[in-house]
Amino acid sequence: MSIEDVEVPALEIHDLTVSYQKKPVLYGVDMAVPAGSMVGIVGPNGAGKSTLIKSVMGLVQFSDGWVKVFGEDLKKNISRVGYVPQRESVDWDFPVSVIDVVLMGCYGRLGLIRRSGKEEKEKAYAALKKVGLEAYGKRQIANLSGGQQQRVFLARALAQESDLYLMDEPFAGVDAATESAIVELLREIRDQGKTLIVVHHDLASAREYFDMMLLLNMRVVAFGKTEEVFTGDLLQKTYGGRLTVLSEVAEKFAKDGN
Amino acid sequence: MAVHEAAAARIGEIVETNPWDQMRRFITLSDRGLRLSLIGALLFGAVCGLLGSFIVVRKMALFGDAISHAVLPGVALGFLWSMSKNPVAILIGATLAGLAGSLLVEAIKRTTRIKQDAALGIVLASFFAIGLCIIRIIQNNEGASKITGLKSYLFGDVAVLDRHDVITMGVVVISTIILFGLLYRPFLAISFDRQFAVSIGFPVRILEALFQMFLAFAIVISLQAVGVVLVSAMLVTPAATAYLLVDRMHRMLWIAMGVGMLSAITGVFFSFLGSNLPTGPFMVLSASSIFTMAYLFSPKYGRFTKWLRYRARVKKVREENALKSIYHVLESRGLEGSGNAILIKDLASHRKMSKAEIVKEIKRMKRSGLVKLEGGNVSLTTEGFNKARSVVRNHRLWELYLTNEADYASDHVHDDAEKVEHFLSEKDVAELESYLNYPQEDPHGKPIPGRASA
Repeated sequence: MSIEDVEVPALEIHDLTVSYQKKPVLYGVDMAVPAGSMVGIVGPNGAGKSTLIKSVMGLVQFSDGWVKVFGEDLKKNISRVGYVPQRESVDWDFPVSVIDVVLMGCYGRLGLIRRSGKEEKEKAYAALKKVGLEAYGKRQIANLSGGQQQRVFLARALAQESDLYLMDEPFAGVDAATESAIVELLREIRDQGKTLIVVHHDLASAREYFDMMLLLNMRVVAFGKTEEVFTGDLLQKTYGGRLTVLSEVAEKFAKDGN
Repeated sequence: MAVHEAAAARIGEIVETNPWDQMRRFITLSDRGLRLSLIGALLFGAVCGLLGSFIVVRKMALFGDAISHAVLPGVALGFLWSMSKNPVAILIGATLAGLAGSLLVEAIKRTTRIKQDAALGIVLASFFAIGLCIIRIIQNNEGASKITGLKSYLFGDVAVLDRHDVITMGVVVISTIILFGLLYRPFLAISFDRQFAVSIGFPVRILEALFQMFLAFAIVISLQAVGVVLVSAMLVTPAATAYLLVDRMHRMLWIAMGVGMLSAITGVFFSFLGSNLPTGPFMVLSASSIFTMAYLFSPKYGRFTKWLRYRARVKKVREENALKSIYHVLESRGLEGSGNAILIKDLASHRKMSKAEIVKEIKRMKRSGLVKLEGGNVSLTTEGFNKARSVVRNHRLWELYLTNEADYASDHVHDDAEKVEHFLSEKDVAELESYLNYPQEDPHGKPIPGRASA
């Protein structure tokens, strides 16, 4: 299956290269994700999984390559993309309630000036209900467990009503019951025809959860259907230590090549 | 014109008055100069509270402090430009200096290993020093008379505010309020989760630049009232007070603005009373006092409030333990219900306490209506009996729960239950009972008393 065969992919990345202070973090990433799939991104620590997602969202500069969302520049289709960042990226002491955060999901469509009204409030409460937190609307976000905080982020993403969701470790630090509930919800979203791309930290469950997988270690090791890609060989290539030479050389080049 | 108004507000300097007269003059608002000072105080207090709220939740307090010091050379140069206290020239000069400082901090961070806090410290101090030097040069060349206006910029002297100042302040404050009224949601989103704000397409960089610009404006108009040295306190303290009192951002904004205005007016009041005292310190002292009150007495987070809650908890635990022991003694004798009396000395030996200590406890419980004391006997009232039963029930239910569900060994569960028994709510108990299938006995074979209503 070549890139031409896929009808407008939800996300297309070509030759993406990201450097941080002249050290390569990601290079030559090629990927075309068909709409309606649920993709898991796995790889060792420091593989650049978060960086990949952030580059797509425009939060991190990339030095080479391009990214297309539903065939267009991200800016054109930004309302069709929902980003769920890591939980640590936020100060949970911030004086907002759960419903305040979920309402932020509607801000993209409201624009800068329009006030949020009844319609937005209803959408927000519906999203909260989907994640099982409808009783927690007025609670201040610091008074939530890790799993509940993650679910609030998810509800916010649902309120965005996006077609493509990018999630950065949504299961980190979450209890088993919450994790199952979230996976159920993600499958429901996928069944509605949306596309999900999820950075995941646990290899064993990744095989269960995702139709397609991206094995990433600074560059794409493999990308495709889970059953084709989840092989001993490819996993060894991703997680095995054979890349230390490559990264050492790259670092030396960065230091000397100034 | 400005000189007359300044003089009018400082009657205390020229004529012999006492504090009571001053207070009366304050309350009746008879001084034009005073009226202007108060309007100025209300305006800058409000805008400091408004912007300060965002500064506090975005952890930008150090940044605010740096900018407020960095504007001094701009103030001095603006003064130099117009050779008088032209508020517009000073505003422009100060804003440019603030901007320059901001850019310099970013440049240092980007091109060296130096982090935000050190970069801010460097820029803050050097700009401030440059400002002081320029002021000194102006003083030496132009003479003292030109400088009375300028000195008020260091520590604040709200009496020096004239109509032009107040009008400038009004314009800045009203436009800030309009800006934040229109763009409240974007600023809230950016402050809470910047990455998310970028991901939904908000022009985050532009909005942040706008925020910094209005911050510089707010600082500059506050300078005359409270002074360069202390203006950052007026940005941070009222907002920090609000942060201790409420949990929602929009409420925090209103409270911060209110506290800012109150502190500013109080500062004007005290400085008015004491004729030659600078207003800045008094305003900051008022703000800090209000903060201290909130710190101690805030209904949710106050230290004193917490201490009161702690004392109430200690009392409750002590009382329940005493009731429990009476119940145990009764139970061991096969007695049930209220009205059955036991000897005080029996109770004392059961609890291994002295008779005097027991009597003290019993008297406390008697005051709460939980026990009856007759001669050397103590018995439980109906209320006391029901309460004792609940605590014993909680204890034994919890022991059973730990043993069955958490697989605790049955000799480990007692200590834990001793603590938990006081804090199970009715809902918790109902859940435990249904979860354990309405048990009759605890792990040690002791009967679990039914619910008091049963």
